[in-house]
Amino acid sequence: MASLFHTSRSAPITTGTMRPIPLRELLPWAAFGIILSLLMLYFVGAEQGATALIAGHQVHEFVHDGRHLLGFPCH
Amino acid sequence: MIAGRLLLRGMLVGAAAACLMVLFAEAFGEPAVGHAIAFESALDRAAGMAPEPELVSRAVQRGVGLLCACLLYGAAIGGLFSLVFAALLGRVGRIPPRVLAALLALGGFVALVLVPDLKYPPNPPAVGNPDTIGLRTAAYGEMMLVSLASLVLGVLAACAALRRFGAWNACAIGVLAWLVVASLSQAVLPAVQEVPANFPAVLLWQFRVASLGMQAVMWSVLGFGFGAAAETVIGTAQPAMRGGR
Repeated sequence: MASLFHTSRSAPITTGTMRPIPLRELLPWAAFGIILSLLMLYFVGAEQGATALIAGHQVHEFVHDGRHLLGFPCH
Repeated sequence: MIAGRLLLRGMLVGAAAACLMVLFAEAFGEPAVGHAIAFESALDRAAGMAPEPELVSRAVQRGVGLLCACLLYGAAIGGLFSLVFAALLGRVGRIPPRVLAALLALGGFVALVLVPDLKYPPNPPAVGNPDTIGLRTAAYGEMMLVSLASLVLGVLAACAALRRFGAWNACAIGVLAWLVVASLSQAVLPAVQEVPANFPAVLLWQFRVASLGMQAVMWSVLGFGFGAAAETVIGTAQPAMRGGR
């Protein structure tokens, strides 16, 4: 099993005794990352579709193919 | 700062996954999109309707537009993925970081793609009623949340059963709990059937398989790529994170 992880150039970490990242340190990054990610997902998946912040169809039409192929409801 | 560095790596690996996803889409997805649009135009013409004005040209839609959509999507999913990874690291037994990333990616693919897509499969242009877009978007979101919850429930059930029933039976219990909750939620959520009567079945299948393939590409890159990327952050930047061997 351990040999599976000996393929990279950098020293692999094979033992599982990791110290957890303290929640106090994680929370601000989590809040930032979640807000940023949801905003990005919103513009790809729902803007000018289910709901709209910007008038028109430019955003929808620009991400059109991605919205269909990524599985978001469209049209 | 390690959480921030993991977040950045996650978004970068997600963006890299998006580039591969676009290559896959150009080869297998775009031909189906093109055919579906041709079908849609033919229906409009037959109904005597004027063709829809092209606000954004097809070349931009299938080129820069697709790339931008996938980059945003990949970076967003990669970022969220890295945050879940950062929260679980060191809190779920002795799982090495790389294995944790691979397992999370497998779980993410199953819970956020495979199960929701079985209920609400991706649809090409010409499929879908614009009047129900709000309902469909809400139902799709609910499906993903319930699916994720059911997988978490299955894992927790397996962990709870581990000591008493042994690993084999605990896994069976976890899978059973997951299947029952996921199936019931699929049955309860509203059905959507908006495929036009004469839409080519083969085209629909090709589009959906291509869409599934794109997701498989993305989650594979996330699982393997992020695990390796995260390991360098954990291993070199902060040796204090690595406890005794």
